[in-house]
Amino acid sequence: MSILDYTATTLAAKIKAGEISAIEATKAVLEQIEKTEELYNCYVTIDKDGALKQAEEIQSKIESGELVSPLAGVPVAIKDNICTEGMLTTCSSKILGNFVPTFSAEVVENLKKAGAVIIGKTNMDEFAMGSTTETSAYGVTRNPKNPEHVPGGSSGGSAAAVAANECFYALGSDTGGSIRQPAGYCGVVGMKPTYSTVSRYGLIAYGSSLDQIGPLCKDVTDCATILDIISSHDTKDSTSVGKKTDYTKALVNDVKGMKIGIPRDYFGDGLDSEVKKAVLNAAKVLESRGAILEEFDLGLVEYAIPAYYTIAAAEASSNLERFDGIKYGYRTEEFSDLHNMYKKTRSEGFGAEVKRRIMLGSFVLSSGYYDAYYLKALKVKALIKKAFDDAFSKYDVILGPVAPTTAPKLGESLSDPIKMYLGDIYTISINLAGLPAISLPCGIASNGLPIGLQLIGDCYKENNIIQTAYTYEQAGKED
Amino acid sequence: MSKTYETVIGLEVHVELATKTKIFCGCSTAFGAEPNAHTCPVCTGMPGSLPVLNKQVVEYATAVGLATNCKITQYNKFDRKNYFYPDNPQNYQISQLYLPICRDGKVEIETENGKKFIGIHEIHMEEDAGKLIHDEWDDCSLVDYNRSGVPLIEIVSEPDMRSAEEVIAYLEKLRLIIQYLGASDCKLNEGSMRADVNLSVREAGAAEFGTRTEMKNLNSFKAISRAIENERERQIDLIEEGKSVTQETRRWDDNKGYSYAMRSKEDAQDYRYFPDPDLTPVVISDEWIEEIKSRQPEFRDEKKARYIKEFGLPEYDADIITLYKKMADMFEETTAICKLPKKVSNYLMGETMKLLKAANKEPDELSFSPENLAKLIMLAENGTINGSVAKDVFKKIFEEDIDPEKYVEENGLKMDNDEEGLKATIEEIVAKNPQSVEDYKNGKDKAIGFLVGQTMKATGGKANPGVINKILKEILSR
Repeated sequence: MSILDYTATTLAAKIKAGEISAIEATKAVLEQIEKTEELYNCYVTIDKDGALKQAEEIQSKIESGELVSPLAGVPVAIKDNICTEGMLTTCSSKILGNFVPTFSAEVVENLKKAGAVIIGKTNMDEFAMGSTTETSAYGVTRNPKNPEHVPGGSSGGSAAAVAANECFYALGSDTGGSIRQPAGYCGVVGMKPTYSTVSRYGLIAYGSSLDQIGPLCKDVTDCATILDIISSHDTKDSTSVGKKTDYTKALVNDVKGMKIGIPRDYFGDGLDSEVKKAVLNAAKVLESRGAILEEFDLGLVEYAIPAYYTIAAAEASSNLERFDGIKYGYRTEEFSDLHNMYKKTRSEGFGAEVKRRIMLGSFVLSSGYYDAYYLKALKVKALIKKAFDDAFSKYDVILGPVAPTTAPKLGESLSDPIKMYLGDIYTISINLAGLPAISLPCGIASNGLPIGLQLIGDCYKENNIIQTAYTYEQAGKED
Repeated sequence: MSKTYETVIGLEVHVELATKTKIFCGCSTAFGAEPNAHTCPVCTGMPGSLPVLNKQVVEYATAVGLATNCKITQYNKFDRKNYFYPDNPQNYQISQLYLPICRDGKVEIETENGKKFIGIHEIHMEEDAGKLIHDEWDDCSLVDYNRSGVPLIEIVSEPDMRSAEEVIAYLEKLRLIIQYLGASDCKLNEGSMRADVNLSVREAGAAEFGTRTEMKNLNSFKAISRAIENERERQIDLIEEGKSVTQETRRWDDNKGYSYAMRSKEDAQDYRYFPDPDLTPVVISDEWIEEIKSRQPEFRDEKKARYIKEFGLPEYDADIITLYKKMADMFEETTAICKLPKKVSNYLMGETMKLLKAANKEPDELSFSPENLAKLIMLAENGTINGSVAKDVFKKIFEEDIDPEKYVEENGLKMDNDEEGLKATIEEIVAKNPQSVEDYKNGKDKAIGFLVGQTMKATGGKANPGVINKILKEILSR
């Protein structure tokens, strides 16, 4: 077994036991990057020297007993929309091509305190807008399970880096499925925690009311361990609640009596038959371990996509106004006056998908349209939350697919953005309702690509989905 | 015959709140620091930064709302106002549109035409922008974000004012309330209080309002009055010429005494307001309101009544002294030490006002300490110095806040009560001025004044004028 095959928690245990050093682990990852990065393009920035230096410092702190965190010494990759002090943070956009933050995001601080070795910054859809990591200004990322296919997005670089062993775990951000869908496409575990669990301070905002940072990793144990480390109450983020939960406590191989709801709406037209079969099969496995399954109608699913694209685009149109060529980032070379500078900088600095969403968002917020679009979308959001509240009065967990299909081929999606948006149908309601959800592998399709299973929990009930996911994972090992 | 017109005026008043830190970050609000010294990722709009509301801003806004009889919005929200400008680092300003913190208030004003209520439409909280500095020599612009994120409240009145006098009375009333609350120093010249005037005219008796303009850049009460007069005339002239008033924003040039159009309604931007998702709603509980209420200070009317009752001040004195919070504080603090309210009042209304006027200063710029004024009053009261010396020493206190006891000691200004020595001096003066003595004896009482003056001159102003009089009369009646 190679070092690279270890999960993050196993590796940390071995480092702690003195069997492997943080330096060896970091070197192993860097060697793997040497071999595969040219093909996959998981990273925008790789900080080789910095990583080795961190590894040395951390190793000595582990040896002196100063660092005892369950992930101390483990190399991690960070999505490129999460600020890292002194390290390029581009959001995979030309407009931030030279942007080096003066501070680190709260999650990065939390990871540093826990002794993480930061390898670099992962590729993503520009400003997290996209579902394939093809809208990056720094090239597409390829799916390590089949390089002809996309890794999903927007946290495609993070998912691919984990799948390609170019790191042991990664951070992503999820506004409409951006952690869960690439995790599903790349066959890794990904989780979007309840909105407000992980501080957004230092996450370059896309849709502020929906954005949430979460882990992409090799198994459910890693997922719970990482969540323990990154979740915190942060007074710098007004929306941070940071209920302190011990997520690793939920790593229990038992679902007896766990009530699992299966929304019929998630298994209708448009769902690939192989995906459907694999997901329902996973449900049966859980049933065989004592879970109680019940089908139900969630409702409102068809309204989630228009509501989501209205709210996310509206917030994005405002959040992205600060990229104007004045203070940092890209500025056009020639301009005649201030407004011409703004126009040219933003026309040249943003890609097509970002511009599409800025225009959409500006439109739905314009005077005369605000009530008809934005306000209506907020009402739909509230109704969707209510539908989930009703469901969670009956079930502990809701089970469904992550995406309608396995990873599409490169180049297939961007030509038809509406089709790409529809691909988010099973993930975006969860962001609108602020719920936690985990994505984990539940099989391989005949095309050789992984299929993702999604388990959704009620707000702050991460432990229900962690326990269910862990039991399913263990069942796979036993069978 | 020309028609009579009525002027209709509403005000938008911005007030910088006196919090120590900014509205959404911990940076200092201090005025006059090096450019960009008081900045951080939040108030410079760096990617990934998030705003956190300063609770003191809510307290001040609520306190002003309560003092102006507003309804407090117990569930209010912040909205983003989107527009591109380099002094606005995020290219949106965090303000309140949909649910402002205060609504439906009123304040009473008094002018020569009597008392009247001016309605307050709303008060909302928002952040200030930075400052652009245009370097014409280098043909570039620089931006200073020290002011970016300084908390403001905007007080929007109803269109209830009909003259410049009413506007000034309303502004003075607001200023007084806010200064009494300690919520702002309200200095127009430093920009901590800024008023935009919305003005329209209509034929007397008309039911509909005319088209209004908004006037900006008004930095003093005088400028406001002049701008109102000028704009009223301009609009009436347009109407009389059969033209129409354009709805637009105008900028007042106080040096040139006229205004010019900045932008018309057609150029008005769509600010695309929407609730700021980075901030949670502001919930003001009944308990919180009660707490703020219980901390409200004594306002001018109550204070005035108390000064008359407690200190026996004439109404005239109480009226002037309470017009400025700083003056009232000075009065109370000084009186607490020397226990001579009327003497303190006299100094404040007389000498202080005279010196302020000469120095072209406002009463809230008083910078001497009440201890020194109290000491001076006591020195005069117990006969250590005479009245004319006291006046000179007060000027020193006013200008440099000197300790009068030390100053009198060091400069030998104590009143001379040595009667024998004084008698000799007066004998000499009488001997030198036979004409005056003659005049006095012929019934010209004025002549004694000249002799007193000569004696004061000879004693360097330190003699006790009462004693001089007494000795003089003794000598002259011989």
